[in-house]
Amino acid sequence: MSVTYIDAIHLAQQELLGERNDVFLYGQDIGGFGGAFKATKGLQEEFPSRVLDSPISEDAMVGMAIGAAISGMRPIVEMQFADFSSIAFNQIANHAGTHYYRTGVPVPITIRLPCGGTPGSGPFHSQMVETLYAHYPGIIVATPATVSDAYHLLKESVEINDPVVFCEHKFLYRWLKTAEIHPKALPLGVARITRPGKHATVVTYSAMVHEAVRAADRLAKEGWEIEVVDLRSVKPLDLDTVIASVARTGRLLALGEAFPWGGVTAEVVSRVVAEGFHLLDAPPLRLNAKDTPIPYHPDLWAAHRPTPESIVEKLRELLNL
Amino acid sequence: MEPLSAPAPVVSSGRDADLIRRTLKVMIISRTLESKLSSLYKAGKIVGGVYLGTGQEAFSASLGCSLDQDKDIFAPLIRDQAGRTGFGEPLIEATRTYLGSALGPMRGRDGNIHRGRPADRRPAMISHLGTSVSVVAGMLIARRMKGELGGVVGATCVGDGATSTGSFHEGLNLAAVEQLPMVVLVADNQFAYSTPRERQFACENLVDRAKGYGVTGWQVDATNLLECLSVVHEAVEAARSGGGPQMVVGKLLRLCGHGEHDDASYMASELKDSKLGRDCLEFGIQQVIENGIVSENEIDLWGKKAAEAVQKAVATAQTDPRPDPYRDDWRAFSSKGINS
Repeated sequence: MSVTYIDAIHLAQQELLGERNDVFLYGQDIGGFGGAFKATKGLQEEFPSRVLDSPISEDAMVGMAIGAAISGMRPIVEMQFADFSSIAFNQIANHAGTHYYRTGVPVPITIRLPCGGTPGSGPFHSQMVETLYAHYPGIIVATPATVSDAYHLLKESVEINDPVVFCEHKFLYRWLKTAEIHPKALPLGVARITRPGKHATVVTYSAMVHEAVRAADRLAKEGWEIEVVDLRSVKPLDLDTVIASVARTGRLLALGEAFPWGGVTAEVVSRVVAEGFHLLDAPPLRLNAKDTPIPYHPDLWAAHRPTPESIVEKLRELLNL
Repeated sequence: MEPLSAPAPVVSSGRDADLIRRTLKVMIISRTLESKLSSLYKAGKIVGGVYLGTGQEAFSASLGCSLDQDKDIFAPLIRDQAGRTGFGEPLIEATRTYLGSALGPMRGRDGNIHRGRPADRRPAMISHLGTSVSVVAGMLIARRMKGELGGVVGATCVGDGATSTGSFHEGLNLAAVEQLPMVVLVADNQFAYSTPRERQFACENLVDRAKGYGVTGWQVDATNLLECLSVVHEAVEAARSGGGPQMVVGKLLRLCGHGEHDDASYMASELKDSKLGRDCLEFGIQQVIENGIVSENEIDLWGKKAAEAVQKAVATAQTDPRPDPYRDDWRAFSSKGINS
């Protein structure tokens, strides 16, 4: 028996609905149909009044969730694809994100964003949007890379009194499995050393953690020991763990699947340079997706995002600096 | 679902007369406050802009006064000082927010009409038009899930400009799908900032849209207090008694600029002289006096009391502490230990 990443998300929601009467799910096709990715399969049957199908109205979905949250509920909104959250951007960034600072009343909503690419998904069903929401004040951005983190971080997100944008990676949904969910949770805001090493640090998150580990495995055959740090959430960003890693290795590659202009990798490099410049033995490097829309064809798609090959290449560059 | 014409005002029962009296009093207070805010703006005493509801008091106050302050929800917009006062917002909250007091509901973190107390069912608007419709829908859905919806109405206000936004459309459609006890007032005040309504939408009458949304539509001459009160009150009670969302379109002319920085020179004088340009407050006073509901002496007295109350609210806010940038915690997260 094994648990997939999507199973973990399903289980977390099922348990939350069972444990708390104030939790409800809202999204397109999430009722009887069980959601585009089956993250809510069977949940409407089990909790008929708290699993609601929404119209195709991302702005109103989040507005509704904000209203419910300030009235004592804890909504979980499922965006069918992270890409469509652009329609809800205003309600997320300008309404939910500003609410506590302006009024003193927190907005405990969790917005699930199925993000990242899968082959053949194209420009509008593949995007990484964590940077957009992390940029705005008042929004927590969780980016789980493991099955256990998907489960624990989702449960923790719903318990948190502030808006959480929960970026779940579609590529991991069914591919990523574990024998069982780890019983102990690492809290949100704490990064994890996924793979220890001493020659260079790769700081990454979400599905890129696995690509980084693959790249590190390849370089291990040549004697390089690459440390991989999984941020787990990009906001809060656990700089302590990152700096401690860079202190050990002296070299930093910030890796992400998002577009290259600005973003999480730029933030990581900027903070490390500002606070740990003396720890660096070489200029820090970044590797991101290409600066084009995400292509449809699997061959183009695979070359658009970082791969074990391109990560190895970038690490070789870093190790030779 | 057919748009309803205005029923004849009923002023025979004591209850209705009380409602009319209270609504007119609220209109006088609102006009007095806003006139003072305008003066303060012109004297350079206001932090930021001033946005008035001159000419819209009858429509807005009719909603605020028809709602139940103890259980209903009211999400006002930019021109709803009268509705806010009618729904029980203390004057001091308006003056403190306009003057940037640290003691106001927004503590200097937001200003002017962007104010509210969500815990008192008065959400604080953001500037992005139409967004309050779905928020009020969510507040109602939360009550339905908790079994506390019985007899509650959620109301919000927009202008003709907001009806062009996706947010308004999505929100009203959602409310209709969920058949929520909701009232949406649309002040068709001829201009969105400077843009005339013919550049805003192509339908003949905004109330025609109600049928498309599957909600009940009402329209009213919003310069006519008795008509406004009658229609809006009836719409509120229709929502309360299970009639689903109600959309009330009020026809009027904004009798001020978009804000006090705007002289509204783009408004044609023919429009100002038309029936739409009638001042609802002047006409309302005439209506209630003619109907024997309020005497001229009483109205004078209300005006004096309003001026005193406004003066007090302004004076208090002016002596309040300002927000202190060294003491602000500068935190957008309520959760302790969550940092950027």
